[in-house]
Amino acid sequence: MTVYFSEDHEWINVEGNTGTVGITDYAQNALGDIVFVELPGSGEEFAKGDEVAVVESVKAASEIYSPVSGEITAVNEELEDNASLVNTSPDGDGWFFKINIADESELEELMNASDYKAFIAGLE
Amino acid sequence: MSADSNALLKTPLFSLHEELDGKMVPFAGYAMPVQYPLGVMGEHNHTRESAGLFDVSHMGQVMITGKGADEWLESLVPGNILDLKPNRIRYTMFTDKNGGILDDLMITKRENDIFMVVNAACKEQDIAHMRAHLPDHLTLTELNDRALIALQGPKAAEVTARFVQGADSQDFMSYMEAEILGAHCFISRCGYTGEDGHEISIPAEKAEEICRALLAEPEVEAIGLGARDSLRLEAGLCLYGHDITTETTPIEGSLEWSIGKRRREEGGFPGAEKILEQLSTGNVERRRVGILPTGRAPAREGTEILDADDNIIGVITSGGFGPTYGGPIAMGYVLSQYSETGTEIFLQVRKKKLEAKVASMPFVPQRYYRKPK
Repeated sequence: MTVYFSEDHEWINVEGNTGTVGITDYAQNALGDIVFVELPGSGEEFAKGDEVAVVESVKAASEIYSPVSGEITAVNEELEDNASLVNTSPDGDGWFFKINIADESELEELMNASDYKAFIAGLE
Repeated sequence: MSADSNALLKTPLFSLHEELDGKMVPFAGYAMPVQYPLGVMGEHNHTRESAGLFDVSHMGQVMITGKGADEWLESLVPGNILDLKPNRIRYTMFTDKNGGILDDLMITKRENDIFMVVNAACKEQDIAHMRAHLPDHLTLTELNDRALIALQGPKAAEVTARFVQGADSQDFMSYMEAEILGAHCFISRCGYTGEDGHEISIPAEKAEEICRALLAEPEVEAIGLGARDSLRLEAGLCLYGHDITTETTPIEGSLEWSIGKRRREEGGFPGAEKILEQLSTGNVERRRVGILPTGRAPAREGTEILDADDNIIGVITSGGFGPTYGGPIAMGYVLSQYSETGTEIFLQVRKKKLEAKVASMPFVPQRYYRKPK
């Protein structure tokens, strides 16, 4: 398995044809205390860059964009009752959804862990 | 900070905010802390449980001196200022000739003059508005050399009392003057969080020293604008420019409680004809109400309010998540026939039509101090 990162601060953990998607620690820290996550429905299809989810903090709502094209195969129902998992475990229990990757070549446009680390260092 | 931060005004507490690692954002032309490392949720909860210190120096502090200043002010606001006792504070609003609200403000009647606090975003136009109507025998002074802070929360008054004897037995909406660390301060038992506490006007050069002393007390944390907003929303208090504007009258804004009996009978303020007609007939097209979404999704400002048949019946003017309430809360305007508490309404949040109910406010009980009789 390999983890890729987008410039919008999503991560996608790829196993075979399936990617598990969440937001990075940098993103959850910037958003602050997360109180609600609006997730897509299983079976819905999205193109890369489509608005796929919404994260609500006390302050504001922020859109989450799909890092790849594909069909949603599962969503993290734990987030319905416990959105703060995104704060406490952004790269673990706070995952958002699983997506069936339609075009693996799209992964090449994403960053690996060390490139992402350099990317966020450049933002500070 | 963004590249244009140089253009922003700074309060006397700016360097303290930076030292405390406040996240500075532009607000009403000022660089203000939206939050500190504790975060909006933590700061909100701390204020409800202990004491939070807010910099509100961006707000306008104005003094009106001269005989009859109270009587003259009544020509601009619907509040009863003439009968206000010395050292008492009243919430009221500037209205325009159409009955719309130009700003909401706090007026304090002092022994010999009037002290008022107006919203930061409106202060220039408020001052111009007052000057345009000011008779020759009255003088308007902008107190630009004073900072303004608020200490709010169940432990706020006991902290203030460590610096000002008797501050904890001062009545709600009353005013006194005292020295804090050698600085002459205006101490008002009021605030905008729904909690007990004080607003303290301080000579600018002493503001940082006094704030450091307050922050050194174990109960006190610095609180940013983010938590100030969630606290006032839970308390059901209006944010000018959002929940009340020139397009809303005090009656539509459900602020009729702020218009005293004599003013209702006599009128004599801008827009009185319209406002008093709305008041006596109860005939208004729409009203400001509290709104509780049934689910977990917050509904933000601008969210359309629908009836069961998808007709638009209103709009949300402030909405978010109430940390103390423990769920999404909002306020907004609905057509009057939908304004009854408990009425089922719907909110168009992105692509979803969510259930909600009209609710009474405040969402969290206000805990103002009332002096025992």
